[in-house]
Amino acid sequence: MNRRGAALRIEDVAVRYEGTDRNAVDGVSLDVPAAELVVLLGPSGCGKSTLLRTVNRLVTPFRGSVWIEGRDVRDVEATALRRGIGYVIQAIGLFPHMNVAANVAIVPQLLGWDRSRVAARVDELLTLVRLDPVRYRARLPRELSGGEAQRVGVARALAAQPPLLLMDEPFGAVDALVRSALQDELARIHRVLGTTILFVTHDVDEALRLADRLVVMNDGRIVQYDTPLRVLGRPATPFVEALLDARDGVRRLGLLRVRDAMRATGGDAGDATIEAGRTLREALSAFLDGARVLAVRDGERTVGTLCFDDVRAAIVAAA
Amino acid sequence: MNYLFAHPYEVWLRLLEHLELTLGALAIAFAIAAPLGVLAARKRRAGKAILGALGVIYTIPSLALFALLIPLFGIGYPTALVALVAYAQMILVRNVATGLREVPAGMREAALGLGLSPLQTLWRVEVPMALPAIVGGIRIATVSLIAIANLAAWIDAGGLGVLLFAGLQRDEPDKIVAGSVVCIALALGADLSLRGLERTVRRSAR
Repeated sequence: MNRRGAALRIEDVAVRYEGTDRNAVDGVSLDVPAAELVVLLGPSGCGKSTLLRTVNRLVTPFRGSVWIEGRDVRDVEATALRRGIGYVIQAIGLFPHMNVAANVAIVPQLLGWDRSRVAARVDELLTLVRLDPVRYRARLPRELSGGEAQRVGVARALAAQPPLLLMDEPFGAVDALVRSALQDELARIHRVLGTTILFVTHDVDEALRLADRLVVMNDGRIVQYDTPLRVLGRPATPFVEALLDARDGVRRLGLLRVRDAMRATGGDAGDATIEAGRTLREALSAFLDGARVLAVRDGERTVGTLCFDDVRAAIVAAA
Repeated sequence: MNYLFAHPYEVWLRLLEHLELTLGALAIAFAIAAPLGVLAARKRRAGKAILGALGVIYTIPSLALFALLIPLFGIGYPTALVALVAYAQMILVRNVATGLREVPAGMREAALGLGLSPLQTLWRVEVPMALPAIVGGIRIATVSLIAIANLAAWIDAGGLGVLLFAGLQRDEPDKIVAGSVVCIALALGADLSLRGLERTVRRSAR
């Protein structure tokens, strides 16, 4: 039902805001492969939001170009371009005078979908973000919690099945517990839909948790672009090392899976069990709780064993 | 009150004239104020200039404004209409601009980012959210115009003021009372019903 993700290419883009004397984005080039979730990470003012906004032309670069699926965004009329790109911002921007269904339906309606198709799509999307359509359709934004409102924001952005989704600190305004639930939901939605996602955040843990690839930005430039594990293992500059607190081995363990570090031998010989899909950080907790050998389970089956030395070997190998 | 009961038809005619003048002026004033208000909300410098100029008009005593317009539009209805339109501008433009400016920046950003054109963003998002302030402006302008429209009689443009001026000149307090009572009732009625409308739109704009 969904189009596959679109590839995004940014070439030597530079932006300067009126009345400032330096470039907010200073000659950035970036290739985002189709269907990947790429996170732009950096301190506030580093240009990450500005770079994001050049993609849907809310910001116009004075140099360089942006291509979606090989098409220069300047060749598409701005409103048409934006209707084909999902967009979620921190302020959420749900329209307060419209109920949940009307908010979600806005882009499909602009695109001229007929009424029944819009209604079906609204229900489908609310279900996708785990809000019961019957209970939530007619609610007004002020009747939603922060987390619920953000889910509606995501549903609205996905309404017209965009192959590309831009998210600008979307979970910045909700509390930690809700944020982590929303991150899990986003990861799941990304897996299910295969939409290309460009995600801006200044939260290092959020970035590491979500990113297929991580773009570290500072002063309008890209400092490093790689997988989270490689950025943590081999930070390109002292800035990256400091920003990510890269010496923190436990943080790196959060990116590695038990499945990739275990020995496929052994039987039931563990004094505790752990799921193969868990992170080594969770395995470390189990060792600290007193376990010596963990039996690794994949559903009903035991598929291997894990001991502390395996964890250490994995982290050395990853660096 | 005797006059009111003795000559209901005469009072009714004056009331109709009064209504025609105020509502006509309001409609024209709003048609001018709406685009000016949008411009004032969008462009800071233009907004300052527009509101400054309108503020000057607003400070001219209303009687003087009528007098100043006579050389341009003559004695009668057109002058009264122009004076009322000019007078309402300040209130309407200021409220339209304030209402639009108070829409959170994130709303406009979200609307444009989703692919609404600037005009669609204005109509579907910004205007509905600014509606309480806009209706508030219409209410204050209406009540002000109902009061100022009494001066229209002074330049032979009809309205409830006819009763007031006639009563003053011929020392007939009955006429003054009749004109005042009807005018106050009209102003109160307009104020109350527009307050009700304001509450309704406020509920749905939040």
